[in-house]
Amino acid sequence: MAEEVLLLGAWASPFTSRVELALKLKGVQYKYSDEDLNNKSPSLLQYNPIYKKVPVLVHNGKPIVESQVILEYIDETWQGYPLLPKDLYERAIARFWVKFIDDKCWPALQKVFIGEEKGREKAVEEAYEVLKFLEKELKEKRFFGGESIGMVDIAANIIGYWLGACEEATGVELLTREKFPKLSNWIDEFVSNSVIKENLPPRDKLVPFLRHRFGL
Amino acid sequence: MAEELKVFRTWSSPFALRVVWALQLKGVPFETIYEDLSNKSSLLLQYNPIYKKVPVLVHNGKPLAESLVILEYIEETWKQTPLLPQDPFERATARFWARFGDDKVLPSIWNVFIKQGKEQEEAMVTAQGSLKYLEEELRGKKFFSGEKIGLVDLAFGWIANLVDVFEEVKGVTLIDHENHPLLLAWKQNFMDAPIIKESWPSRDKLITKYHAMLEAYTAKEAAAK
Repeated sequence: MAEEVLLLGAWASPFTSRVELALKLKGVQYKYSDEDLNNKSPSLLQYNPIYKKVPVLVHNGKPIVESQVILEYIDETWQGYPLLPKDLYERAIARFWVKFIDDKCWPALQKVFIGEEKGREKAVEEAYEVLKFLEKELKEKRFFGGESIGMVDIAANIIGYWLGACEEATGVELLTREKFPKLSNWIDEFVSNSVIKENLPPRDKLVPFLRHRFGL
Repeated sequence: MAEELKVFRTWSSPFALRVVWALQLKGVPFETIYEDLSNKSSLLLQYNPIYKKVPVLVHNGKPLAESLVILEYIEETWKQTPLLPQDPFERATARFWARFGDDKVLPSIWNVFIKQGKEQEEAMVTAQGSLKYLEEELRGKKFFSGEKIGLVDLAFGWIANLVDVFEEVKGVTLIDHENHPLLLAWKQNFMDAPIIKESWPSRDKLITKYHAMLEAYTAKEAAAK
């Protein structure tokens, strides 16, 4: 039976982008279907009845949801480019950081860019605390995954690309080279990577989209 | 070198219990270190500087935090008594449910317990919605993982030992025979399982603990108004 891989996503969603990055790194052929999140397709509602969100990966008719779960699935299903390291402890550490990015970074960034102006200073301080942990974790590595991109780098796409787009959309400066030299270098590496840069939503489309989204 | 495995826990933490049960199911020996969360040890703060919580697993000096991350590590390191299925799609499904438990079920049930008035009512609606999914997921199965206890059952273990404590202390009904017969059957099967039973936290102690917690929280909220 021919393999059928379908990705339901939204072009501006970093979570969708994670899955596309993983599939591209593995060299998996897939069909992409863009969802209008204000008018969700029957397919989306059928494949993800509990959360009704993107991304959804449908592999030979079977849906997988939640980007972290999808990334693990992709790594286990398709060989070739490894998203997680081989060493068991290093794998656990990678999973820890992926979780940290979603549990701590994402809400902290949302508070800065979407939150009210009066709470912004506090939100920025809290985001600094969170980003400092990631800055420290980079150590002298080129990527979180070492010499090449791994699952943590993919999950950190919200910092690698969306953070900068949010800064541009709102005029709020958060991640400066002065405060976060290692993360700034990592961001440079991230956006200049050949596979990644071809698969990011164009900046000149994303920034106005975010501005509109933030009600600016 | 002799293998060294330590688990930092409290007597009641449902997250730490997941780790304890996983190791016991796999027959892996470990040393237990009980933490007093009002007076955290310097070791705990050193091993888990980001969250400063239990559980922490320390394997040959290397620390790991976050219970679901620890469970995956345990599963990969000790392959006997597998807690996850082999098939990648089934593994993804198991991971989905474990996260659903922590992201949706637990917060809504917690809010039913700790909140009052409208917030409590809204939390109850959300909780019942989530519990319905769990009830459906159990159809045709003894455990969430099938015939034997697996990762999803361990992740939901708090439902088996905490929900009726919350119900008694707060005076609410979350899980009942009419709406959740399968969930109640699962709870009994889980509680009766030999390894699980041996590490079951004392119900009386849990009642006392959560009674005190609810009183303290309610007093704090009233003072803030």
